[in-house]
Amino acid sequence: MSGAKGVSLRNAIALIVGLILVWQLLFWFAGDIAMRSPWDTVRYARRMMGTDSFWIHFWESVRAFATALAIAVSVGLFVGIWLGFHRLSGRVMEPMLVAIYSIPKITLYPIVLLAFGIGMSAKIAFGAIHGVIPIALFTINAVRNVRIVLIKTGRVHKLTMTEMARWVLFPAAMPEIFTGFRVGFSLTLIGTLLGEMFAAQRGLGYLLMTAIGLHNVDVIMAVTFLLVLCAASVSTALLAIDHRLHRRV
Amino acid sequence: MPDVHVSMRGIEKTFPASGGGREVHALGPIDLELHRGEFFAIVGPSGCGKSTLLELIAGLAEASAGVVQFEGREIRGEIADRVGVVFQEDACFPWLSVAENVAFGLRKANLPAADKARRVDEALGIMGLQDFARHYPAQLSGGMRQRVCIARTLITEPRLILLDEPFGALDQQTRLLMGEEVLRLWRQTKATVFLITHALDEAAMLADRIAVMSARPGRLIDIVETGWPADRDSRIIERVEFGTITSRLWRSLRAESLKAGGRPADRA
Repeated sequence: MSGAKGVSLRNAIALIVGLILVWQLLFWFAGDIAMRSPWDTVRYARRMMGTDSFWIHFWESVRAFATALAIAVSVGLFVGIWLGFHRLSGRVMEPMLVAIYSIPKITLYPIVLLAFGIGMSAKIAFGAIHGVIPIALFTINAVRNVRIVLIKTGRVHKLTMTEMARWVLFPAAMPEIFTGFRVGFSLTLIGTLLGEMFAAQRGLGYLLMTAIGLHNVDVIMAVTFLLVLCAASVSTALLAIDHRLHRRV
Repeated sequence: MPDVHVSMRGIEKTFPASGGGREVHALGPIDLELHRGEFFAIVGPSGCGKSTLLELIAGLAEASAGVVQFEGREIRGEIADRVGVVFQEDACFPWLSVAENVAFGLRKANLPAADKARRVDEALGIMGLQDFARHYPAQLSGGMRQRVCIARTLITEPRLILLDEPFGALDQQTRLLMGEEVLRLWRQTKATVFLITHALDEAAMLADRIAVMSARPGRLIDIVETGWPADRDSRIIERVEFGTITSRLWRSLRAESLKAGGRPADRA
């Protein structure tokens, strides 16, 4: 293992051990009326994962999140590429996107519910709303920041429009687009779970809210732990790819 | 009579008004002929339209008036075959390795993969980049990245090579050495080379003929023949004639540079 990789691994292990330690200290401080210890949480999570009902909620959340992310990515990319290339539209629309992005999305939830009703559609819509704008904003900048000299080089090599897009524009914009995807991924997940928490009959967010209502600390801690574990693992992998893409620029 | 490779007749370039301003007459009229196989350099003050002239020859831009011809065929805003361009800015594709960057020049060529690989190896060898074939541009110095761009141009076997201040971002020593490499490649390929530069010494060392451009709108105000032998290298700067040539270039250019900087020539 190279020196840099060794240091990264050591730092990551130190961070995880530190977090577990803080968690344990908090448990000792707050007591089992408010939370569970790391060990009890892992034990309960394992037991919960052995039940069918957990997987029904899990796959419901996965389905909603995957659909929301697909919508956020496709719409975000389309809007971003369009506004990035079309300067006038970009100048008009970008400030509006930034303004909309700054609105707390939860205030839009009643409208989403009225439009989509309680259930899958509403949480997909709420997830997509969270992810689409950051993806669009990052894509706009990615397209605008493609260096002119690379486009001129493509022209000198007599590339067609499709070749230019495939061989020059898309790879050149890729690192920044990927950063947008990474940010959009996290926000879409938050949006989907929020959607499940307030207006759904299935999903991990719903499971969490039901547990809060029943003051079932075991379920609250186990579901939160599993969500953090999944989100942190995927985010770390995406961050590693992001760093790799940016290292070459 | 020398064989005319590129000819420009009555070339002018005017940029339309934008943002409420007036239209800009950037260039011309210019009449110029490049001879087949010669090394031709252009020097001029900043903003005089040197790069615009190169873009007109390359087909990256269209002249507002006049005709540019390459090998007898008119160029009007479209890239001609067998024309290679090396830009001042780093034009390496950062997501491709050195070998892939060089091979990019052949992506559209209808050649067997083995031939492409052989030509990439040759181009890497010529530019001394064999040991860096798997490196990415971010891992290379500015001079080496420029060599990658030159290799990517060379692999297409251009008959006309356009160099837009290719050594502008390099230090003086690297520039001299890169100049030697360009001279060696020019002799090997027998291509016509059109070099744009700010550096009078670079033009005087590399070129057979050097044109001096006026401040905007850029026109040719002097053409200097160096009379150097083809097998020259950077040691040519030790010759007495080198000083004479650079002095003549500076005499022609000084008043234009002052004018471009907004200062009257007699107050220098």
